[in-house]
Amino acid sequence: MAVVPATRIYEGTRIPSPCPTKLEIDPAEHDLDDILTVNFGPNHPSTHGVLRLIVDLDGEHVAGIEAVVGYLHTGFEKTMEAKTYWKGITYPERIDYLSFQANELVFVLAIEKLLALETPEKAVWMRMCLSELNRIHSHLVWLGTSALELGAISMFWYAFRERDMVLDLFEMVTGVRMHSRYFQAGGLAEDIPEGFYDQARTFARHMPRAVDDYEALLDRNQIWLRRTKGIGLLSAADALALGQSGPMLRASGVDWDLRRAEPYLAYDEIDFDVPVYGNGDVYDRYKVHMDEMRQSARIVGQCVTRLEELRGAPWIADDRKVVLPPREELHTSMESLIHHFKIVTEGYRVPEGEVYVAIESARGECGCYLVSDGGPRPWRVKFRAPSFAALQATATCVRGTAIADLVAVAASLDPVLGDVDR
Amino acid sequence: MSAAVPGVVETVEAHGETTLVVDPARIVEACIHLRDVEGYNALVDVSGVDYLGWGATGVAGYIGTPHGRDLHAPGSQGYQRVPDPKPKRFAVVYHLLRVSDSPARLRLTARLDDGEEIDSVVPVWPGADWHEREAYDLFGIVFRGHPNLVRILMPADWEGFPLRKDYPLGGEPVRFSGER
Repeated sequence: MAVVPATRIYEGTRIPSPCPTKLEIDPAEHDLDDILTVNFGPNHPSTHGVLRLIVDLDGEHVAGIEAVVGYLHTGFEKTMEAKTYWKGITYPERIDYLSFQANELVFVLAIEKLLALETPEKAVWMRMCLSELNRIHSHLVWLGTSALELGAISMFWYAFRERDMVLDLFEMVTGVRMHSRYFQAGGLAEDIPEGFYDQARTFARHMPRAVDDYEALLDRNQIWLRRTKGIGLLSAADALALGQSGPMLRASGVDWDLRRAEPYLAYDEIDFDVPVYGNGDVYDRYKVHMDEMRQSARIVGQCVTRLEELRGAPWIADDRKVVLPPREELHTSMESLIHHFKIVTEGYRVPEGEVYVAIESARGECGCYLVSDGGPRPWRVKFRAPSFAALQATATCVRGTAIADLVAVAASLDPVLGDVDR
Repeated sequence: MSAAVPGVVETVEAHGETTLVVDPARIVEACIHLRDVEGYNALVDVSGVDYLGWGATGVAGYIGTPHGRDLHAPGSQGYQRVPDPKPKRFAVVYHLLRVSDSPARLRLTARLDDGEEIDSVVPVWPGADWHEREAYDLFGIVFRGHPNLVRILMPADWEGFPLRKDYPLGGEPVRFSGER
């Protein structure tokens, strides 16, 4: 199967011109005297955060639109330039607060790439396990809120029931439910607690059934179907031109997943399918998310099996110049105390160079471009935010839709505004 | 490959990644070639970098090299060398991706002086729109021919470019009540 499909969702391109992210009113189609300009957001419950859309309405129909972002800009990248790598790991998690472990992982992988640091097998598999649990968590929040906005209120409670199970697992492993800072350069912060294996396996068995339940609630719901099918169209060619990734691409028929195209961690050693749907509408984006949750549960199951075999194995690299020494050694070893002090105060030094690492987060390609001058702080760290790219497709997707569809379309892009604004 | 790409001045291979340093005046030409001939159909990211003060403080010591570390070797930490100098203050970095059966990644770098402008690649990849606006907003790099080059993350009336190295942390002016 070709990666990029030959079939087209619509003829030609729908990307507005000259500005690809701004749909301007076409005077040939709309009477300018009838246009009503509405400010949608930034404080609106259906915008998944502080997204502002300036919408030009002709009756119910969207004649023009522009997305305005930046309300959540906190300057993470600037702040991280002033922190040592070791301290900087807490920041990327807060960028995309739903898919936090993906951001943490991509930053840690970039550091390790520059350091040429090997991670133990156990850390690799645990990272994969938690990344997939995190994908489920992120998709569940997306599903619950998106369905809620289209009137399927009960979905929110069901989705958050399973989300809580994922958060319980995170709490058990890392001590906190979100923003866990569990990944370190070199491996994991702590060993896996004994109770994790059984609870994670139970969850991996439970999750596909839960997804069946969600689909039973939505797939025969006429309101849901009519409000999602054929809405928010995006063709494969337009999606690629706009730099889309993740579920957005896969719902437009592009068979592309970084876990398979450029395997990182140990994704080349496990079995999973990449769901691809071809209609490029809101409904297909929903189907991609549902199938991905099933596949993630499948991956979690395989990771737990492998992790059980690795009981007792080291969870972090034995490299005292980068990795904190074991706590108990600090009372007996002068050398360990010095290492601990140096890493915490001064930080470890990362060789000069620049790398770009990309992983498949819940909403697409999450990338980290890291420039080091050889010192203990990053010279420049840039996060390639999948939500930022996804929102660029707003103007293309809402072409020809009504104001009520705007909510469905904006939700289907799955933007996390923290990720957009950084 | 790089020989055929127009405007390439240098090719760097490091950490398994390829970087083409491109003459900023020929960036659009190079991008069109890479899209149409080499098949890089997606622009993943555009990022600015400010190299002001690069290597000036002498903090650049190595505890290792990309090829690994020998902790027993004398001088494996400390101030061994300063990083290679950068010829110009700014760099615009483009990350390209080939979405196909033979995936590939490529990094393009265009080096710019303060105040030097570069052509926009929005006509090549529409997805460059917001990425270039972000680089303009945070670094003040001007992209010629961009259809809507205005601030994106910072407020429209913001002064200064926050990710420049001469823009201090905590540089936000504090407003007090009663202040006019």
